[in-house]
Amino acid sequence: MKKVIMGNHALSYGAMLSRAQVIAAYPITPQTQVVELLSEMCADGTLNAKFIKVESEHSAMAACLGAALAGARTFTATSAQGLALMHELLHWASGGRMPVVMGNINRAMAPGWSIWADQNDSLSERDTGWIQFYCASNQEVLDTVIQAFKVSEKLMIPSMIILDAFALSHTYEVVEIPEQEKVDAFLPPFNPPFRLNPDDPRAFGGLTSPDHYMELRYKLQKDMEKAPAVVEETGREYEKMFGRYLGQVEEYRCEGAEIIFVTSGTAGYTARVAVDELREKGIKAGNLRIKLFRPFPFEKVRSILSRVPRVAVLDRNISYGHHGIFYQEVKSAMYGQTSQPKIFGFIAGLGGRDITRETFREIADYALHQDKVEEIVWIGVKK
Amino acid sequence: MNRKKEAKKIIFNSEKEMPMVAMSIGSMLYNRTGAWRNIKPVIDLSRCIKCGICWKFCPDTSIDIVDEWPQINYDYCKGCGICAEECPQKCIVMVEEEK
Repeated sequence: MKKVIMGNHALSYGAMLSRAQVIAAYPITPQTQVVELLSEMCADGTLNAKFIKVESEHSAMAACLGAALAGARTFTATSAQGLALMHELLHWASGGRMPVVMGNINRAMAPGWSIWADQNDSLSERDTGWIQFYCASNQEVLDTVIQAFKVSEKLMIPSMIILDAFALSHTYEVVEIPEQEKVDAFLPPFNPPFRLNPDDPRAFGGLTSPDHYMELRYKLQKDMEKAPAVVEETGREYEKMFGRYLGQVEEYRCEGAEIIFVTSGTAGYTARVAVDELREKGIKAGNLRIKLFRPFPFEKVRSILSRVPRVAVLDRNISYGHHGIFYQEVKSAMYGQTSQPKIFGFIAGLGGRDITRETFREIADYALHQDKVEEIVWIGVKK
Repeated sequence: MNRKKEAKKIIFNSEKEMPMVAMSIGSMLYNRTGAWRNIKPVIDLSRCIKCGICWKFCPDTSIDIVDEWPQINYDYCKGCGICAEECPQKCIVMVEEEK
């Protein structure tokens, strides 16, 4: 069935079709509609889940963790300040190997108070041990939720599904809503390898001496390293059943390119239009949209970028005192490779400023004509 | 017998033997947190009505029910005082530790 829905509701439908059993959430713009619709679904019986109202995002994640440990499939959603307040519990989720799936709507961090899109909120949680997916369309959001549950439950690592504020969260698009029976066939009920069980009482997350802590972290990293292959295999399985494929990255006209944009989120779709325009003018541009950011898709990124002389990384975020975060990541992925493109880093669109085709024209113009690589090029700052 | 001497520290020799989470790794067998206590709860059983509220509220599961009566496990009780606060009979009092 096709429906015209907003990005936020694509998350809700994804959680509904995945038969989430416990949802605990606290409202925050621009996320609120995600859990608003889910609470309605719980109230009218469309979704057989327990909806827990809490007093903060910290408690929302804490409630999700308790439920996950009891063996429930668990979902929540948040944004910016709310995600920051959850920070401690994000470590509990990954360290405790609880496969919670969470939507995060990319919203700029305050102050100045902002409700508009940028990526500093989710990227500040880069090192918490969560899988991160950056989405560019409402269909992708819905499909990613269902696949994220499968990936997370297989690896026992939580997943964050990330979409841009307003540009996606409040934008209506046609979305194919899969049939429940088919989703059930794709995603069987959650059956964790360990859980809270009164018949077999155990302590979880207890004091861990230096004799063992490092081994637990080693195991998390080893399982994280398996994630790209699991995402790939889950994506192919989904494609077989539903006809749509989601991989680690999306390549657009990268063959024979002289310059490739590296993008994420909705900017990745704007970039495709910009690529078409540049190609019409005779400039061989391409776009590599990174969908899976953690774990980083090293293999894919290396194989695509090592074929091209110039790379322009667009960051809707900044690591103060360093560079754009995707820029750092791409450079580090290319370090030591035999074929080294010139890699430029651009910062644009902070705090919800629009990223348009013009942005990419400016980026291409700069990156094609500069020989010296400057590490931060700001686009659109009123200097 | 001193149970502390009895307890053996669990040491895994390889990550392969370990669960993926810190689950039942036995650290509390030797880490007797009762030593942290400054004040200890003492129950006046003559006034106790065996309601089990102290057992239910204890955040460290340090109250056992033995033959229907509450018994504090001083090896682990940290002396938080929640049981004394919650006891409807007010038959639990917090007493200064003397060492």
